Amino acid sequence: MSATSAAPGLRLTDVHKSFGPTAVIMGVSLDVARGSRHAIIGPNGAGKTTLFNLISGRFPVTSGTIELNGQKLDGLEPHEINRRGLSRSFQVTSIFARMTVFENIRCGLLWSRGYRYSFWHLLGGQRALNEETDRLIERLNLQSRRNVPAGLLSYAEQRALEIGITVAGGAEVILLDEPTAGMSRSETEYAVALIRTMSEGKTLLIVEHDMSVVFDLADVVTVVVYGEVIASGPPAQIRGDKAVQEAYLGTEAA
Amino acid sequence: MNEGLTHAAVHPLPARRLTGFLGRQWPWLVALAVALLVPWLSYNWTTGRHSGFIVSMLSQIGIMIIFALSYNMQMGQTGLLSFGHAVFFGLGGYLTAHTLNAVKGGSLWLPLELTPLVGGLGGLFFAILFGYFATKQRATAFAMITLGIGELVTSAAIMFQTFFGGEGGVSTNRMTGRSLFGVGYASPIQVYYLIVAWTAIAVVLMLLLTRTPLGRMANACRDNFERAQFVGYDPRMVRFVQFSLSGFFAGIAGALYTLTYEIVTYDTVGGAMSANALLMTYIGGVGAFAGPVIGAVLIVLLQSWVSLLSNSWLVYAGVLFILMVTFAPGGIAGLVMMHQPIWRAGRLGRLAGPYARLIVPSLLVAVGFVLVIELCSFLTIGAAQGKSLTLSGITVNPRSATPWIAAALLLAGGGLWMRVEARRIGAVWGALTEEIKAMGRRA
Repeated sequence: MSATSAAPGLRLTDVHKSFGPTAVIMGVSLDVARGSRHAIIGPNGAGKTTLFNLISGRFPVTSGTIELNGQKLDGLEPHEINRRGLSRSFQVTSIFARMTVFENIRCGLLWSRGYRYSFWHLLGGQRALNEETDRLIERLNLQSRRNVPAGLLSYAEQRALEIGITVAGGAEVILLDEPTAGMSRSETEYAVALIRTMSEGKTLLIVEHDMSVVFDLADVVTVVVYGEVIASGPPAQIRGDKAVQEAYLGTEAA
Repeated sequence: MNEGLTHAAVHPLPARRLTGFLGRQWPWLVALAVALLVPWLSYNWTTGRHSGFIVSMLSQIGIMIIFALSYNMQMGQTGLLSFGHAVFFGLGGYLTAHTLNAVKGGSLWLPLELTPLVGGLGGLFFAILFGYFATKQRATAFAMITLGIGELVTSAAIMFQTFFGGEGGVSTNRMTGRSLFGVGYASPIQVYYLIVAWTAIAVVLMLLLTRTPLGRMANACRDNFERAQFVGYDPRMVRFVQFSLSGFFAGIAGALYTLTYEIVTYDTVGGAMSANALLMTYIGGVGAFAGPVIGAVLIVLLQSWVSLLSNSWLVYAGVLFILMVTFAPGGIAGLVMMHQPIWRAGRLGRLAGPYARLIVPSLLVAVGFVLVIELCSFLTIGAAQGKSLTLSGITVNPRSATPWIAAALLLAGGGLWMRVEARRIGAVWGALTEEIKAMGRRA
């Protein structure tokens, strides 16, 4: 444990990914410092979501290594990676639509609280677990929706719920894929505040298109274009970077 | 996880708990009371006998309730469509038959009341064996594998004579003389009460299972298996454990089948039996725990009563299935639950009139439809059996035009009338939904 404590929360070393003949990620190396809020930006099709899918084990890498707190994640299944302390949200809202808000959050807690595949614990009697679930629902400000099936929530509520499920298990490293996509200005502001409190003390890696969100939230910004990192640094430095302006921000401003 | 147990020790008052329990679970208690009383409604006091038909039908209902509920552990709760669930039912039944024979032969001591456990453990064993392969997949691939397993076991049942007894099956005798309570089980009513007891146990256990971490994660994997992975669960493992436990309960049902009929043949593992589970579960409703119970009762009633009256009961079951899938995918339980918000708002009465107006046209359509089916049936099978179609004492000639025209008129007229009434219901329903929404906004 002491040997790995100096390692970054997440380290990618020369990661490649090809789908058949199409190379999508071409040698990405990236360190996400423990406790930092790190944003990945880049134009559409740059490979940001693919990068997330590689880190979270949804797809295997073609070559290169990914380490979580100094431990290699090669060949691990998504649930094994999750148990090692990495959790993620999806670009398209991913919740348990037919279950209530309460059940959604509680499912997010179950594994980390040691329940595993138990069929001998009655959940109604697990007071500590249920109280913890309610506390998290309060932090998400979803108390009034507690017993509503998740599929019936508004879009912004569903995104908040997904963030709740993502952080419920207490993962140290949180990956959020475009958490404010499709939100209004006020909804976005609310979501950013929520992400800020929910990711406190954790390592956050976020893919985001909204530049105001990125510069508001992130300590470090990495710019990915066509499967390669073209710049990485504090927001101020990235804002001033010529290559970035040309490749990405410039097109945005034009 | 002990802290959860100690916290649970802070109970509300026992009396309040009891009324709360009764308030929530009264339908089950009513069902249990009905199950215990119905045989006595047909009791013949002069001969001192129960109606064999009623007791046999009730026994079958009990067995099928367990079977359908175990099927729904996969279908409704985990989102797994299986075409081979009878495998665990039948194998549990075969194992029970062999166990009974061993007990009778004196090589084994086991009270009859506990033999369903043998069937259950047998079902569990084979569900672990086959489930290991099947649950690696989900969706269509899973369905195809279970279909294959069903065919495999059915053909094995015909091939391996020593265990399955070939086409003749395995006969047994439940009167082993071994009982916990000194009951002989010579009469069907004694077996029936054993079935009631085991059905009650199985129903309670399956209901409690839905409230465990496994049960909830089964729902979670059904809704979104990818999200389940990112809360730390392996969906394959969830499917596997749930599948295995479902096999356990199917095995119990199979054992009770053996106790009732004292013979097990290869059709207990076959496709028709698996399809029966699907039929009962779907018609009853996959979305509610009690759905398959309703389905099992309904299908067994159809099987027993309608098959007495008509050769074509399977046609009616099939049409019912198609109607449910098309118009009420939530099954009967789904139809009932649809009315819950309206009932809570105290406005169910507004629907009573429109529903009542639907009765006559639906009866017309039903009579027209039954007439067509029976006319067809009497042209073919009925003629071969030398039967003639009699409706309220009048012999109908299926080769004359009159009954066909009558059927066509009933179908067309009733159908058009039904459409008008259905629109009216739709309008009332829409208005009610709007009102309830408005009430919700004000609250």
